Amino acid sequence: MKKVLIFLWLCVLPLKSFAETGVELEHADANAFDQLSVIRGAGYYGEYCLACHGLKQIRYSRISKDLKVNETVMRDLILLGDAKIYDVVRSAMPVESAKLAFGVAPPDLSLVTRSRGANWVYTYLKSFYEDSKRPYGVNNALLPNVAMPNVLWELQGPQGAVEERVDGKLKIVGVESRGHGTLTERQFDQVANDLVNFLSYVSEPSILQRVPLGKYVIAFLLFLTYLFYRLKKEYWKDID
Amino acid sequence: MSQRDRGASFLAWLDERLPVAKFLEDQLLKYYAPKNFNFLYFFGSLALLVLVNQLVTGIVLAMHYKPAAELAFDSVEYIMRDVDWGWLLRYLHSTGASLMFVVIYMHMFRGIFYGSFKKPRELLWLFGMVIFVLLMAEAFMGYLLPWGQMSYWGAQVIISLFGAIPVIGEDLATWIRGDYVIADATLNRFFALHVIAVPLAIMGLVVLHLAALRTVGSNNPDGIEIKKNRDLVGIPKDGIPFHPYYTVKDLYVAGLFLTIFAWIVFYSPDMGGLFLEHPNFDPADPMKTPEHIQPVWYFTPFYSILRAIPSKLGGVVGMGSSILVLFLLPWLDRCPVKSIRYRGPLFKIALTAFIISFLGLGVLGTKPVTETYTLMARGFSVIYFSFFLFMPIFSSVEITKEVPLRLTESVLPLAKREGFQWRLIEEGILALQHSPLIESLKGLMSKLRGNHQGR
Repeated sequence: MKKVLIFLWLCVLPLKSFAETGVELEHADANAFDQLSVIRGAGYYGEYCLACHGLKQIRYSRISKDLKVNETVMRDLILLGDAKIYDVVRSAMPVESAKLAFGVAPPDLSLVTRSRGANWVYTYLKSFYEDSKRPYGVNNALLPNVAMPNVLWELQGPQGAVEERVDGKLKIVGVESRGHGTLTERQFDQVANDLVNFLSYVSEPSILQRVPLGKYVIAFLLFLTYLFYRLKKEYWKDID
Repeated sequence: MSQRDRGASFLAWLDERLPVAKFLEDQLLKYYAPKNFNFLYFFGSLALLVLVNQLVTGIVLAMHYKPAAELAFDSVEYIMRDVDWGWLLRYLHSTGASLMFVVIYMHMFRGIFYGSFKKPRELLWLFGMVIFVLLMAEAFMGYLLPWGQMSYWGAQVIISLFGAIPVIGEDLATWIRGDYVIADATLNRFFALHVIAVPLAIMGLVVLHLAALRTVGSNNPDGIEIKKNRDLVGIPKDGIPFHPYYTVKDLYVAGLFLTIFAWIVFYSPDMGGLFLEHPNFDPADPMKTPEHIQPVWYFTPFYSILRAIPSKLGGVVGMGSSILVLFLLPWLDRCPVKSIRYRGPLFKIALTAFIISFLGLGVLGTKPVTETYTLMARGFSVIYFSFFLFMPIFSSVEITKEVPLRLTESVLPLAKREGFQWRLIEEGILALQHSPLIESLKGLMSKLRGNHQGR
């Protein structure tokens, strides 16, 4: 009973405060149909993300089929270790060890762009900044105190927090570059975008069937509607 | 025997044993419907169309879905990815659920607009209201099945509301859940109710709803009983046989409706988080409360009323009565005139305020609670209930217009409408017609036509 009461109380509280970080979401030009970008994204995913984050809702074979890349290329991109092509995409690190290392189990990212949105993922990837108070020396402006280290650090270079006074309180509103990585800012944005495109594809592989099919179905239905309209006109001409 | 003879003899054989032909003749050919049905009259047959869609897609989805807490979420993703055309079935079902409510709300609005709930159609309205409540139960239980965060926490909030009932509340909530929280037991029973019990009840009530409709006959935009004006053989003068006239018309509208339906399914199945809420793509986690719990859009007007009332019991009573009060409509409205066309300004103003408050509550229900929003929700709730509370008064004193004896237009032409807003629209259209752009387009069109004829 108590739990339920507390819970209901939480429902009526202005819960916005939990979500508000003052960071505005950047626009990722998410496009699961940009095949080359999605393939590049799969490669980055294999290199930087897959150690901890699985994609258990999809099989390597599905990715291979949809992106039209053969098993050899898949081995270069994302099909790592002793994983087989018909396996689902699992993280390299077992969940228990990941829990020991980070304190929480890294979430499965199969549906992250559907639950959080592509723009959120894009902004999140770009919002890490140096923070000596955190165990890995980095924090995230969009998701404060997240347990994840900045795995793309080398590419991006170090970043610092931008603070602003909002209503008398110091608030982190964004991040800025504090040095060079191996990529330029533009190149890095492209990497983040490739990852977002890949994740958009993974969150709904059927989008590759759904969208191209739509126009034919609608054209057919419009034609059918036109026929029905003519039929109706024919029958109703002595009534109207 | 030729193919055709064989067919005819089979029908004759069947007819001697089962009154198929007679039934179809009575229900379709000999059922006379008013001839001036307009746009608002399509939603009944569209509701039936969506119901069939839900049943057919639902059956196939149930073949692949696993009603267990451990498996449910993944089985939905399995349908979305590994089942051939599973994504299409799932989107047809989820889009159909939302569109069912669009259609039903329009259908109910039509009933209030043209007074279709009034004598002799009270029972028809009551059957319809029971269907509406059952549809809400069906949608609510169906929404738990994907076992996402919103499925879980939405159900948690709504079922815990039963706990507000004095004395038996907590035990009742536990009995419904089959556990102290939403859990595997809840999911399993909701599945059973969602796929068997409630659909059966809905189908039974649809039969009753239609039977009652056939008995009293359809109302119409003029709110006249067409049965009062019959010709020499007893056929209503303003009636036309349901088949073929309304069957072909409904077919045409069904085509339009399916086109919109398909557009949503293929291009925007989550409707920006309205039809499929984003947090529901995170699997249910009993340990993690989402930042902002909201029901799907079709429940938000009632949810707003619940939140607007500060006490829990009060909120539950408020929400419950906001739905129950609709049942009383045939007895709250004392005006002898049915259609809004011939009713007084009091009713028109009250209905407009009611619709605005209903939509306003709906929008507010999707927003997180702030002081301003709560205040607005309270204001709208007061208007919502006032509409029913004061109806016996304003409907008995309103000055109505004379109701014609025979049917008029299906849509009143602008010139026949009274009120300054219609004059404004009329002038606007006139101004548009004489605007340079339209004039030049007209010139272009006649030029083209001239060329065409010249050849």
